[in-house]
Amino acid sequence: MSEKYIQLTIDGTPISVPAGTTILDAAKEADVEIPVLCYFAHTTANGLCRLCVVEVEGARMLQAACVVAAQDGAVVHTRSPKVERARRTLLEMLASTVDISESPELQALVAEYECFPERFEGGKKRQPVVIDDNPVYLRDYSQCVMCWRCVQVCADDAQFTYALNFSGRGFDTQIATFFDKPLTETTCVFCGNCIGVCPTGALKAKREYLIEQGVAPEQVLELTRLKGRKNRT
Amino acid sequence: MTSQQLNLGELKPVLEQYATGGRSQLLPALWAAQNIYGYLSEPVAVAIGKALKVPLADIYGVIEFYTMFYKEPVGDTVVRICVSPVCTQRGGREILDSVCEHFDIMPGETTSDGRYMVEAVECLGLCDFSPSALVGEVPVALDGASDPKSWILSPNPAPLGHLEGDPYWLLGSCGQVDPTEVAAYEGCGGFMGLKRALQNSPEFVIEEITKSGLLGRGGAAFPTGVKWKFTSQAAGEPKYMVCNADESEPGTFKDRVLMEGYPLSIIEGMVIAAYAVGSHQGYLFIRGEYMRAQNIMQKSLENARAAGYLGKNILDSGFDFDIEMRSGAGAYVCGEETALFESIEGKRGFPRLKPPYPTDQGLFGKPTDINNVETLCAATWIMANGADAFRSMGTEGSAGTKVYCLSGDIAKPGVYELPLGITLGEILQKAGGVQGELRGVLIGGAAGTFAGPDDLDLEMSFEGLAENKYFLGSGVVNVINTERDMRQILYSLAHFFAHESCGKCFPCQLGTQRQLEIMDKAVQGQLTNADLVALEDVGFAMAETSICGVGQMASTAILSAWEKCPDVFGLEESFDG
Repeated sequence: MSEKYIQLTIDGTPISVPAGTTILDAAKEADVEIPVLCYFAHTTANGLCRLCVVEVEGARMLQAACVVAAQDGAVVHTRSPKVERARRTLLEMLASTVDISESPELQALVAEYECFPERFEGGKKRQPVVIDDNPVYLRDYSQCVMCWRCVQVCADDAQFTYALNFSGRGFDTQIATFFDKPLTETTCVFCGNCIGVCPTGALKAKREYLIEQGVAPEQVLELTRLKGRKNRT
Repeated sequence: MTSQQLNLGELKPVLEQYATGGRSQLLPALWAAQNIYGYLSEPVAVAIGKALKVPLADIYGVIEFYTMFYKEPVGDTVVRICVSPVCTQRGGREILDSVCEHFDIMPGETTSDGRYMVEAVECLGLCDFSPSALVGEVPVALDGASDPKSWILSPNPAPLGHLEGDPYWLLGSCGQVDPTEVAAYEGCGGFMGLKRALQNSPEFVIEEITKSGLLGRGGAAFPTGVKWKFTSQAAGEPKYMVCNADESEPGTFKDRVLMEGYPLSIIEGMVIAAYAVGSHQGYLFIRGEYMRAQNIMQKSLENARAAGYLGKNILDSGFDFDIEMRSGAGAYVCGEETALFESIEGKRGFPRLKPPYPTDQGLFGKPTDINNVETLCAATWIMANGADAFRSMGTEGSAGTKVYCLSGDIAKPGVYELPLGITLGEILQKAGGVQGELRGVLIGGAAGTFAGPDDLDLEMSFEGLAENKYFLGSGVVNVINTERDMRQILYSLAHFFAHESCGKCFPCQLGTQRQLEIMDKAVQGQLTNADLVALEDVGFAMAETSICGVGQMASTAILSAWEKCPDVFGLEESFDG
């Protein structure tokens, strides 16, 4: 069966893609770059960060390019004034909430969209203390943007270990284990997938961290040896 | 009590009852466990996780999401004091302060003798009695209440409330007979609509509802007949029929009154809808704070089942349908249909991306018809009296009547059933007129818009309001006079959304917090022009990019106040940047 193709225009460039293609993938075909943050090719797209929003003529609202399928005849604008205003505001709110000092891609977006996060100065930040509860990795949720990738790879998108979920709600949502237990007391198998998919510095391999801190290599090994785990619940 | 002292034996029957249902029984199991122990401890959560085969981290995520689940021991009686916009307007926050002072605790704390925990909560749906509270399971009206000792120690249950119909269509015999008694309901013409439906084909029922022009009464105003048709035609079995009774929109209490006063009409509507769409399993999802409504609905379900209106072969028609009641647990977002499905499925109430729409992939991924309480009452009435009769009232685009919720500075707060299309001024007159000098009317709820004193000739219909950039929503008409502190009301609106944002998409999760901070500055009288620009940008980002209606509407009321009464923000005229 031959695939059905649809035609659309992205920033003035006509493009033909298979029906069902997301606007994000269609834009790649048209050589148009759309910024993404939560989107990751190997995890289920949830359309959380909304940085990839684009203006589709005739649509009621801006559309999240990573999850919305391109429609035949659509006219898409990826850098219209509305899109830029939305992205700039989202980035400003994020940068005034989360520590992005170790996230070069986010910093680049903040610069590109001429953001002024200082307008929200005095606003609430996410500043939980660093969790150092296992020999393998550190969790610094002050750098967490809530992209959900770690929860997803821990669950149905990869490892099926289900050690991670959420605590709180709204602004105060945070990635959490069962009753905030140390990872060593959870179902975590230390596969490292979550560290691999984290888009910021929130999850960091402990060896990398200790070497950065100037700890001698033999000490690093001693400090990061995974001992037999007990009290698993 | 430490966790070691818990007697897990008491939990055994609960686990046996719910285990076979797996994850979809998680919220009922958590409720049952909390009813035994008062809170949800770690060992209890572990036992439930093992029995229902739910990952422990997920159980924790669910406990943390819903505000009525506690992971620490709380007082024997939880005193929930409403601080939502309507109750704030009428002194709710001052009552909270006085109660906390009386017990010498902070909101969220328990008295040293362990008897009471005091909480500040969002709208309890008791706006006609505002300020209001829930003492344990007892709804209490606090207008003019004396010192906390009396109403907390011996709470006097608030009555059903003032209700008026002109005509009495949907309200029917609401509040006049024993609401749970089938015979009394039949005596007032009850179940005539269902009988007429079952004597005809499902297609006939869908056609009749389509002809009536009924639009969904939960807020979105989607044509009910179209929804039923889509569900009936969708591929996939089984199909589900869900009644959305998660009414939590600040200023809304009509569904509570209908459930407490006319429950069998809702059940009848659910059976009619299920017959039309081809569903054999229904869910009635009622918000957790509506304990009295839950008790009345549960008893009504039992009575309807005993009388043959639910179960196998209803009225010898060969049609089978039954209803499971579900309790929410404190989350406004679960009124959003897909978040409600997630909750029934035993998850955090995160709204889903749409499409797919519920009619194709709803509850458990199956075709689902979900209707609001009032919509179902209207369907019952239409099936009994005919589509033409329904169309004899209302306007071309908005047929029939609407049940309005009048609250605030109005002579007779309560529920009013009135024809669609009359003016805002006429509605205020029906409720005895404004008390004091009118400052504004919040139409549609927290997710609605403010109208000013010059807008009394607004036509209250879906199309008439939309033309003027208003939104009928669930029928909230909250009246505010010039004596009230508008900044405090706007702050409480912002607080409501920050409290109720689920945290899924960035614009709502971050924007509701930033909006709250800016409104806090407004209350302090410290707003700058730059803050107002930021407020508009935040509102724009939420409206344009949020996943669900909560975020999309989180700024509308505040920005409409900015347009209508810029002086509230400390500036002379509206900012037009």
